[in-house]
Amino acid sequence: MPMDELTADHAHDDHDHRPGFFKRWFLSTNHKDIGTLYLVFALIAGVVGYSLSGLIRLELAEPGIGPMSQLMQFFGAQAGDEAIEQAKQFYNVVITYHGLIMIFFMVMPALIGGFGNWFVPLMIGAPDMAFPRMNNISFWLTVAAFALLMLSLFTPSGTGGNGFGGGWVLYPPLSSLKGHPGPAMDLLILSLHTAGIASILGAINFIVTILNMRAPGMTLHNMPLFSWSILVTAVLLLLALPVLAGALTMLLTDRNFGSQFFDPSGGGDPIMFQHLFWFFGHPEVYIMILPAFGLVSHIISTFSNKPIFGYLGMAYAMVSIGAIGFIVWAHHMYTVGMPSDMKAYFVAATMVIAVPTGIKIFSWIATMWGGSISFEVPMVWAIGFIFLFTVGGVTGVVLANAGIDHALHDTYYVVAHFHYVLSLGAVFGLFAGWYYWFEKMFGVKYNKTLGLAHFWTMFIGSNVLFFPQHFLGLNGMPRRYIDYADGFALWHYWSSIGYAITMVGTVIFFVSLVEAAIRRRKAEANPWGPGANTLEWTLPSPPPFHQFNELPVIEPDKAH
Amino acid sequence: MRYLYSLFGFLIAAPAVFAAQPTPGGIDFQAPATRIAERIHTFHFSVLVIITLITLFVLGLLLWVMVRYNRKANPEPSQFSHNTLVEVIWTAVPVLILVAIAGPSFSNLFYQENEPDLVAITESGSVDDPNIFTDAAAKGWVTVKAQGNQWNWTYTYPDELGADGYPIEFVSNPLQQGLSTDIPATAERPRNLATDYAMVVPANRYIRYQTAAADVIHSWTVPAFGVKTDAVPGRLNEGWFLVTEPGVYYGQCSELCGKNHAYMPIEVRVVPDDQYAGWLELMRSGDFDAANQFVEFISPSDEASRFAMVN
Repeated sequence: MPMDELTADHAHDDHDHRPGFFKRWFLSTNHKDIGTLYLVFALIAGVVGYSLSGLIRLELAEPGIGPMSQLMQFFGAQAGDEAIEQAKQFYNVVITYHGLIMIFFMVMPALIGGFGNWFVPLMIGAPDMAFPRMNNISFWLTVAAFALLMLSLFTPSGTGGNGFGGGWVLYPPLSSLKGHPGPAMDLLILSLHTAGIASILGAINFIVTILNMRAPGMTLHNMPLFSWSILVTAVLLLLALPVLAGALTMLLTDRNFGSQFFDPSGGGDPIMFQHLFWFFGHPEVYIMILPAFGLVSHIISTFSNKPIFGYLGMAYAMVSIGAIGFIVWAHHMYTVGMPSDMKAYFVAATMVIAVPTGIKIFSWIATMWGGSISFEVPMVWAIGFIFLFTVGGVTGVVLANAGIDHALHDTYYVVAHFHYVLSLGAVFGLFAGWYYWFEKMFGVKYNKTLGLAHFWTMFIGSNVLFFPQHFLGLNGMPRRYIDYADGFALWHYWSSIGYAITMVGTVIFFVSLVEAAIRRRKAEANPWGPGANTLEWTLPSPPPFHQFNELPVIEPDKAH
Repeated sequence: MRYLYSLFGFLIAAPAVFAAQPTPGGIDFQAPATRIAERIHTFHFSVLVIITLITLFVLGLLLWVMVRYNRKANPEPSQFSHNTLVEVIWTAVPVLILVAIAGPSFSNLFYQENEPDLVAITESGSVDDPNIFTDAAAKGWVTVKAQGNQWNWTYTYPDELGADGYPIEFVSNPLQQGLSTDIPATAERPRNLATDYAMVVPANRYIRYQTAAADVIHSWTVPAFGVKTDAVPGRLNEGWFLVTEPGVYYGQCSELCGKNHAYMPIEVRVVPDDQYAGWLELMRSGDFDAANQFVEFISPSDEASRFAMVN
């Protein structure tokens, strides 16, 4: 019996073994279902995080405290000074939760939990993840962590109002009893611990899966780049998160059990928290962007109808970005009072990252060079990603210079920089992946016109939103300000206009989801043609409940 | 001398005292007031040129491949996936660019970070080097400590003792907190930037500033000076600057410090040496308001033009 008939038979069998609704979605051990759960979760968390940024932009559209105090009045504060005072604390809470939600509950679950779960096993020809039940725990711990975070948003801060308002970096003493004595911060610590455990379990699962469950014939050196990116990401998670957990635990015992790790009156040092935090925090930004690097490579290759240029260079560029990512952390701390020689080291180490990043950018362009490019929706997002990531990357080179950073640290220049690499980089990568794999995952087609309209509104909107923030930062506008000097008004106004444009894009995105759900155009197994040559395109769309019961055999040089 | 200022202060004040604050619609740094800031601007501009060229280069390549290698223009894709030469080039060239950036970056950093040796500068007697100020060096350091509190700054002049035998010390409060009790802003007292008692330092003197914090972390910065140093509980950080042009310079707390983070501005009034001496004298006597009044109008730096205006 020929091979494909055999697998088809099995696939047919498996359709009949699909569990009922509750068992399938609440007790799921299937990597594709868990991936879908992660994506739905990230979508919900993303809407929350995006709404919070809307509050920020609404408030900052004009100088003075306006919309935020009206919101406080809506929640029962007296008009006037009481509402203003509550608004100031609430604004800090909003920026804090916006950051935490977008990082831990939107980008990470979507790129790693969502696409990683869906496509790592499919791409390496594995039937499922190595530890399916641990996969289930990872997802539900993430949900629990998000619930704890939302709970802390409505828990007393101890300084008036609810929620923790000390920024996502959680620097003590603002996060200690001195700054926020209430239980909101304790719940937040618990939430991040839980999210951290979820991510560590997920990372172990990915590492074991990728190292042990590749199809026969698939070596690490011909494994698809997305799997490479998830492998590197998982290693970063495994090494970085325990350090965060340590710092959080010290903060927790400082708050509740009388230790004084970060309290100078007891011999501690608040700067130690910053070192521990950024030892986690810097790899964390690569954790967010590396999966996007991986999937953009596939998209560029697919729609250029050309193999990836410099595959090994691409893979090892990611490895070296991950490795260097661990030795540059203190460039977030140039102003804390470090010796100048130490700063000089971190300047040098940080600038080195530009080299492997440049290799990736140029290799993507070289992949397109000589190709036959079709501008399908995911390709447009991926090209947008390359350009916007470049813009965010070069401002990173500016900030790497401690001498310049002394002027720009904690200004809107930094805000613009990291939103270009994350909000425009990681998120554009995320949408590129979404439009690339949508048919594969859900078995229906989306409307291409809507996908393109979504791209253009987001592209224009987010540039109008974030580019003027470079100007604000150069002019001296500090971060995390509810109200600003009048000289900053113009570009804040335009930044808020940009947000309004992205709102149109977001509406288009949801319309495209509804449209696809209503029209239910049957998806093809491979809508993208011969350029799409990784294993997931050999399966029907959506793939059977269990795939690769007969493992595919990879001929040498046929993968990636 | 100070009585002369008191009497004719309004006469001798320049019509528009130089004030450094955010420029409406500004797209660049605030005008530099120190050599540190000048060097930051020069260096930043050269890096800006480099990154702009790189970005335009990448954009150009992207546009070119989109035009030249789209499905219509190039229906038959080539299948190459390696080219050692270009890979070496796009690894080596960025390394060279970064090395080129690193040189001035380090010299800039060490200029800002390493406290100048005033004795050595005085002895060198150099007048040509724009990075050192020989006359100022001969006069020694002026030290000011800025302590961040929730939500104002306490300024201490450890070398200047008041009548009570303790160093001169005062709290600099914001005029606005977004509340109904705010003191209305004026052109001379810009909103969210002005304070009741400003930090006062002499022009053309080496200023050593120290930062500390009473409660949570704050950050002391004046954009026009190009300096920013966190004020951390349990630590005493320091930095230096030298302002050549008298005037009013504004900054804002730059490390999230709680509810009123946006309302703890930094106001530095840089005054000529003799006006600073007069201010110190009043501060020593404990008459803070008279001292404050005394630096309300800042006399221009140039002695000749000042007396020309008086006469």
